[in-house]
Amino acid sequence: MKNAIRVSCTRRNLKVVRDFVSEFLEHYKLSELHINQIVLAVDEVVANLIIHGNSEDESRFLDVRLSMKNQEFGIEIEDESPTSYSPASYREPDLQEFVRIGKKGGVGMMLVNRIMDRVEFTTQGLHNICRLHKKIV
Amino acid sequence: MKINQHTTDHTLTLVLDGELDASSSVLLDTELNQPSILEYQKVLIDCQRLNYISSAGLGVFISHLQRFQDANVKLVFFNMQEKVHNVFEILGLDSLLTIVPSEAEATAI
Repeated sequence: MKNAIRVSCTRRNLKVVRDFVSEFLEHYKLSELHINQIVLAVDEVVANLIIHGNSEDESRFLDVRLSMKNQEFGIEIEDESPTSYSPASYREPDLQEFVRIGKKGGVGMMLVNRIMDRVEFTTQGLHNICRLHKKIV
Repeated sequence: MKINQHTTDHTLTLVLDGELDASSSVLLDTELNQPSILEYQKVLIDCQRLNYISSAGLGVFISHLQRFQDANVKLVFFNMQEKVHNVFEILGLDSLLTIVPSEAEATAI
């Protein structure tokens, strides 16, 4: 079963990564709803890295690796963006305020944090790695 | 992502077909941004063939909601698949937006 993929930083590859994660998860007995949630969490992080971290520069790449160990699904998403996401700066958004001011973005990480059990961002040298974990019960 | 539309009197129905992500949500934003959309009393969103929505798609609806409310245009979602409805629920958007099971109920609002 394929568990790693490398994609260039274009929005067209969001669907490629979603299909890759879906196909991996279909080997486990998960409901359509749970598969969709995990695919969504990965899509949100990948979209952030492609659009914000790498400015949709198609000469840059993301590596996505998947694993399943001890009933826990793990995802690693690695890039070499000069900027890295700082989870310490995250504040849960007020959606009613977003509606009032007509704000278009900013709820992606809210979805990721609510869906996944653990969300970690680390930087090692030039490499930024995001790790997402979800217990599969 | 395809968006088809049909109109009856004071109602515009947008039929979403496909996946609404950070790539395709631009198309929906363009549709909802049309000034003429505020001339309708109701905008119905048919979600039967909407197979996926990410925060980018949700953000488009969030960003236009106040504008619609200010113009007294009702925005109503119907025929939503369970997995898509679940994404609205995770954020609590199901209590900020009007989501009903069927077209008949959407029309009756």
